Amino acid sequence: MSTDDQTYSAAGEVASVAERRTWWDRTWRDLKKAPLTAWFGMIVISFYFVLAVFAPLIAPYGESQIFDTPYAPWSSEFWFGTDQLGRDVLSRLIYGARNTIGIAVATTALSFLIGGSLGVMAAINRSWLDQALSRFVDVLMAIPSLIFSLMLLSIFGSNVVNLIIIIAVLDATRVFRLARAVSLNVVVMDYVEASRLRGESLGWVMRRDILPNILPPMVAEFGLRFCFVFLTIASLSFLGVGIQPPTADWGSMVRENAQLISFAEYDMKAAMTPLLPAGAIALLTVAVNFVVDWFLHKTSGIRDEK
Amino acid sequence: MKSKSGDRTAGDLLLDMRDIRIEGFSDDVWHPIIKGVDLKLHRGEVMGLIGESGAGKSTLGKAAMGYAQPGCRITDGTIMFDGMDLRAKNDAELRELHGSRIAYVAQSAAASFNPAHRLIDQCVEATVGHGLRPDDEAKADARELFAALQLPDPDNIGDRYPHQVSGGQLQRAMTAMAMSSRPDLIIFDEPTTALDVTTQVEVLAAMRDIVEQFHTAAIYITHDLAVVAQMADVIKVLRYGETVEDAPARKMLAKPEEAYTRSLWAVRSLEKPQETSEDIILRVNGVDASYGSTIKVLEDVTIDIPRGSTVAVVGESGSGKSTTARVITGLLPPMKGDVLFNDEPLPLALKDRTKDQLRRIQMIYQMADTAMNPKHTVRDIIGRPLEFYLGLSGKKLDERISELLKMIELDDSFMERLPSELSGGQKQRICIARALAADPELIICDEVTSALDQIVQEGILKLLLRLQKEFNITYLFITHDIATVKAISDQIVVMFQGRVVEQGMKNDILSPPHPDYTQLLLSSVPEMDPDWLTQLLESRTEAGGMAASGN
Repeated sequence: MSTDDQTYSAAGEVASVAERRTWWDRTWRDLKKAPLTAWFGMIVISFYFVLAVFAPLIAPYGESQIFDTPYAPWSSEFWFGTDQLGRDVLSRLIYGARNTIGIAVATTALSFLIGGSLGVMAAINRSWLDQALSRFVDVLMAIPSLIFSLMLLSIFGSNVVNLIIIIAVLDATRVFRLARAVSLNVVVMDYVEASRLRGESLGWVMRRDILPNILPPMVAEFGLRFCFVFLTIASLSFLGVGIQPPTADWGSMVRENAQLISFAEYDMKAAMTPLLPAGAIALLTVAVNFVVDWFLHKTSGIRDEK
Repeated sequence: MKSKSGDRTAGDLLLDMRDIRIEGFSDDVWHPIIKGVDLKLHRGEVMGLIGESGAGKSTLGKAAMGYAQPGCRITDGTIMFDGMDLRAKNDAELRELHGSRIAYVAQSAAASFNPAHRLIDQCVEATVGHGLRPDDEAKADARELFAALQLPDPDNIGDRYPHQVSGGQLQRAMTAMAMSSRPDLIIFDEPTTALDVTTQVEVLAAMRDIVEQFHTAAIYITHDLAVVAQMADVIKVLRYGETVEDAPARKMLAKPEEAYTRSLWAVRSLEKPQETSEDIILRVNGVDASYGSTIKVLEDVTIDIPRGSTVAVVGESGSGKSTTARVITGLLPPMKGDVLFNDEPLPLALKDRTKDQLRRIQMIYQMADTAMNPKHTVRDIIGRPLEFYLGLSGKKLDERISELLKMIELDDSFMERLPSELSGGQKQRICIARALAADPELIICDEVTSALDQIVQEGILKLLLRLQKEFNITYLFITHDIATVKAISDQIVVMFQGRVVEQGMKNDILSPPHPDYTQLLLSSVPEMDPDWLTQLLESRTEAGGMAASGN
């Protein structure tokens, strides 16, 4: 180019280049702006996480170690007393974190793998596959999921693997709907068309073009789904078809010690015992919701009006 | 006519903005957008505000109403409107002025009308709401305005909903809305940018007449110089938030003083000598196509594209230009006819084509923003076709990406940037590089410059021409902009309602005699001559009123 170089050059065009920050830097900047509720949520979650990972080191006794006195009161030896078989409640609470949360994470991850990939596929395909999957999902969603999973668990037998698969499949329906809906906004973009024109495979388009662009709502949904899965497992355990004894689990702990609550007029502390696992469930649910709320707000691009 | 403003005496100072400074908020910092601009507007005067995108035109236009959009703040300067200091007024007082004495016409009328209310109700809403006139009187007046703006069936068109009228009609209805309260000042923010050329002429004429008739002062914001030449009495050129030049329109057009202004003016002078070859690289042969229904979007379309030349497809929106491109790329298999590439029929559907067939035809899109994955870096975007088609990797891949960046006049520092960190022109260049990476024989360019500023457009067109010479690439250039066609094409195909009206060498098509439609299309392209619109309208009136509301 000749004379025009004085007034115009392509490289000289103004564009706002975001400062290159390391991942830590960016995360820290976001965290500093996070509201108190989000901080509360994150601290609680990391506390549970540490408990779950280091349960054998933290718990004073073994998971199913039985002592002489069932229903022992709260004492310095057994902080929260013992249960109907004489097992230490505190230890079982700590091991419960490991079992309940571990199974819930596995289940949620599996449901996202199934629902997410099928949802994105349906959004790209938009023809018979989309119709077939969507209608099948409608049918599954029409059946109340707790009753459906109760039925399936009694058919296939109640063990951890079945539990994870059944809840994951039932939960994947909701993930499918979300993934399909957000992907629909992405598949109409020219860059997806460009990839198809290039001859890219379905897998590449799903992984490289669509997934990175639907990630924020999916991550937020992951948090929410985790809460629901977690509650479902606890409910199933409470009903006796979830995690089977002697494995410690918060849902079944509530059930096993439920009758203690009627001793409230004699011993306040003993009556509190079944409420402890229930409280643990509630606290984690609230904490996860706080974090998800913050994350959703952050990625939705709504500006805080000053 | 009752109006809050009293008598309209021409020549009085209406708007006096001094040393305006505006800042915008992004990345946690306030950045200056307008850096000390003065603006004076007299009653009845039309000022053209021009500049590239990001020059601060719209921000300044809104500041003339005393308004700063969310994320912006006016930090300094005075805005005196008819003796009142707008910056000293609170929101309620400003609301009293907006819609009664100052009105705003937005770029996209379609997005600015409420789809749930009838046009006429929306047109008089501000006038009635401010208590300037009772409802029935305002509606009667609105009907007169519709007539003055040459809307068809002015008595009843107001009863329609926004989706029941065309884009051009909606834009005129919006002008009627702005006019309803007989404001002293109207701010037009790119009101014709989204319209076809044939429609643009009508809207421009209507707006100019009505502004003259009611002696309204106006600020006309645009990046299209030829449009400003028709509308404005004075022109103000902005760049990077500062005034470049300020002069009466005729003087500015005839003898611009600043180098930057001259460069804006020079853009339209780009022209390419026409060349042709006998070797046909692609033939679209008698193609019919439709989107699933019985209505044919394309009917018996036949286009020949000679190797190494540029074939421009022109026509207004809905004429089937982009559908033709979809047929060629295989996205929309045609109902009838075939596509021959190097004398061999291409499989009609995309999935039946081989990797090599796909590689030879590449596409560049209108909106570079949506044509690149926002999460991929420039390296990923350009590198992918190299990996995919040519199997390059590692050091070879890096070298080739670097070479391609050099070809599009960018350098290695762009490698790790994301699309959001590029300017409009740079984005389009990356898209060109992505197409080039596949080493194609034919590139389909779908309105590649229409979203860009004129200077940037020229840069892109020059780049495309240079690449064509170097690599003997063939272009199929889809556009509705005749200036671009003149600049780049060898052959022209004119399309109208899914049919090819004409195909031929550029000079033959652009010189008379023309079929009616080609004539209408060509004559509607604004020229830099300030008398162009007046003369065009006169000649059309003589020819039988073709310009009258031909939507």
